[in-house]
Amino acid sequence: MAILPPENRLWWKEPLSGTEIVWIAVAFVWGLVMFGTMVSWHFVGKQNLSNEAYRIDPAVYAELTEAQAEKYKVRMEGNLDVPVSHPPPGSDVYMLGRLWEWWPVLELEKDQTYRLHLSSVDWQHGFSLQPQNINLQIHPGYDMVLTIKPDKAGEYAVVCNEFCGIGHHTMVGKIYVVDKK
Amino acid sequence: MAVDAQAPARGFYEAKFRTCPETGLKVCAQAEALIKANAVVAVVFLAVGGFFGLLVALTRWPAVHLLPADWFYLLLTAHGADVLLFWIIFFEMAVLYFASAILLNCRLAAPKFAWLGFILMLVGAIVANVAVLQGESSVMFTSYVPMQAAPHFYLGLILFAVGALIGCFVFFGTLVIAKEEGTYQGSIPLVTFGAVTAAIIAVFTIASGAIILIPTFLWSVGYISHIDPLMYKVVWWAMGHSSQQINVSAQVAIWYAIAAMLLGAKPLSEKVSRMAFLMYILFLQLASAHHLLVEPGISSEWKIFNTSYALYLAVLGSMIHGMSIPGAMEAAQRKRGLTNGAFEWLRKAPWGNPAFSGTVFSIGIFGFLGGISGVVMGTEQLNLIMHNTLYVPGHFHATVVGGTTLAFMAITYLLVPLIFRKEIMLKKVAQWQPYVFGIGIAGISLFMMGAGTLGVSRRHWDIGFSDAAMSFDYPAMAFAMMTMNGIAGVLATVGGLMFVIVIVLSVFFGKPRTPEAIAATPTLGAGGEVVAQAGSETHPKLPGTIILVAVFLVAFVLYYYVNWKYLSEIWPLS
Repeated sequence: MAILPPENRLWWKEPLSGTEIVWIAVAFVWGLVMFGTMVSWHFVGKQNLSNEAYRIDPAVYAELTEAQAEKYKVRMEGNLDVPVSHPPPGSDVYMLGRLWEWWPVLELEKDQTYRLHLSSVDWQHGFSLQPQNINLQIHPGYDMVLTIKPDKAGEYAVVCNEFCGIGHHTMVGKIYVVDKK
Repeated sequence: MAVDAQAPARGFYEAKFRTCPETGLKVCAQAEALIKANAVVAVVFLAVGGFFGLLVALTRWPAVHLLPADWFYLLLTAHGADVLLFWIIFFEMAVLYFASAILLNCRLAAPKFAWLGFILMLVGAIVANVAVLQGESSVMFTSYVPMQAAPHFYLGLILFAVGALIGCFVFFGTLVIAKEEGTYQGSIPLVTFGAVTAAIIAVFTIASGAIILIPTFLWSVGYISHIDPLMYKVVWWAMGHSSQQINVSAQVAIWYAIAAMLLGAKPLSEKVSRMAFLMYILFLQLASAHHLLVEPGISSEWKIFNTSYALYLAVLGSMIHGMSIPGAMEAAQRKRGLTNGAFEWLRKAPWGNPAFSGTVFSIGIFGFLGGISGVVMGTEQLNLIMHNTLYVPGHFHATVVGGTTLAFMAITYLLVPLIFRKEIMLKKVAQWQPYVFGIGIAGISLFMMGAGTLGVSRRHWDIGFSDAAMSFDYPAMAFAMMTMNGIAGVLATVGGLMFVIVIVLSVFFGKPRTPEAIAATPTLGAGGEVVAQAGSETHPKLPGTIILVAVFLVAFVLYYYVNWKYLSEIWPLS
């Protein structure tokens, strides 16, 4: 029994049953298949993180973001004091997370490629793009860069999904994807 | 080299033993007292933390939305600490002492140190709770910097960890004594081997915790100016996820123990089962990488190697246990004559015994819900559509509550008569408890995973965004999922309450086990002795187990690729 020492003192010499050997082999092969799937998605799949990132002073990141938002501002979001930034396709686009907003609102063109920069200027935040359900962890001091290609037009929300204090549940931003003008 | 087991002449304490009337094992009085103390305190934290969990679930039930935001975040932090850390680790200390001193017929090493460890853990757990309840440490269980808790929050966790480390070394010391004094023949039992696995992983876990929590404590009192948030996460999860691997090892050891105690089940192969535990020691901790798959600046090579636990060798370990334990049960039952069809052995198992039903639900929920979802979520790219959504708590409620907590509850139904030597009271309530709790937990896990698949954020007070400047509407189905999660949470709470009431009443007011009662209703399964003599060498046919593991594999493969399909539908990104 499992609660007593093995009766056969040479337990490591006991033969294995065929059932066990087959199951171990099947489970091992399945592990290899899953491992291979992850690797091959880097070659055949379209959804992979680049893992490109840079250390950056949060104050510098905030300046970069503000400068770009000012430069490409097309309107204000509703009656809020938040600019909507429409940077040219192919460009570097900045968005920052801070207590408790994603800033600024972005307007991107469908089927165009952008280098999206994400960082926080205070605590950690979670970038959760809905209803796409793309989720990224955003750190202060790290500029995370991903190349995105929005392939469906519409209005997307950026929900913060990393707890960031008492206002966490009010932290929502927006990204618009519009047809090419 | 057998030395006198009492051995006071060598400067050790004089151990007192009783002989267990049910198992014939020698029971060290000090070990028994420590098992009782740790188990009782564990159940107290389960009750407190479980109550906080109910309040959290009721707040996330949209129509109820019970707590205000500040209390929600505060109690969510307390819930995590009390059940994930304090309930489980206190109980694991009891398991370690049981698997060493009791199963090896041995006196416990250095009981005074064991008590010191116990007191440190208790003080640490209380200090951390006070810090959270004071309201300045609502930082969640993960306490990611630069968000800062009060210094005594970190201090409480450090004290608790030091106490647990002492417990691990008392366990190792007991193994050394048992070997030296020859209290057992040959190799240690498989259950003890599983406990060794848990304790080794615990030492790794606590060391990682020290590396990150001590600087964080110094930062919170102002001696260190800056802690890198990414470095914090990397090291914190070497503690945070590894501590769950302690649970896995302990709970698998308990599955083997209960299968042996109730059915007389013998592992199909000692070699295979021990190899599977060894794979845990070697590879399971790599799972910490699961938490770092969408962080900035970590390479894909690192992610793929680690998140696959090195080519899924730790998953292989779990899949081996997943066949070995039901296989051992089937073999034992078939030897008892339950040979009709594929499943007579399972149908005619002792389903009315909460230790058995609890074990079966624990294996099922852990494997099907927790195991599969864990591997899926821990796949480098798939994590993109799950990270920090409710999918994550859905997964770990299946593993830590459905798996570990239910396994611990199951063995408690055996510890009460064997160690506390009391009759289980309210037998009917006890009989139904694993069913109510198991269904509730399975519901919580499934509905949270469902909501997470629809994008709902974890640790979020208001998914209606009523106070937010900009808004977003989750699909109506997501709200329905949260409602069902609330209902399942209430059901699980009822199941948890049934457990606490039965155990507290039995321990403090139960009738002592009399020799007549032991003869009439033995705690260990009837016939176990006979079956135990039959070895794996005869290799019985196991059609039932083969069907079960085949169903598991098919579910695993299908669900895995369904999620790749979901992933392929999101925006291309690189």
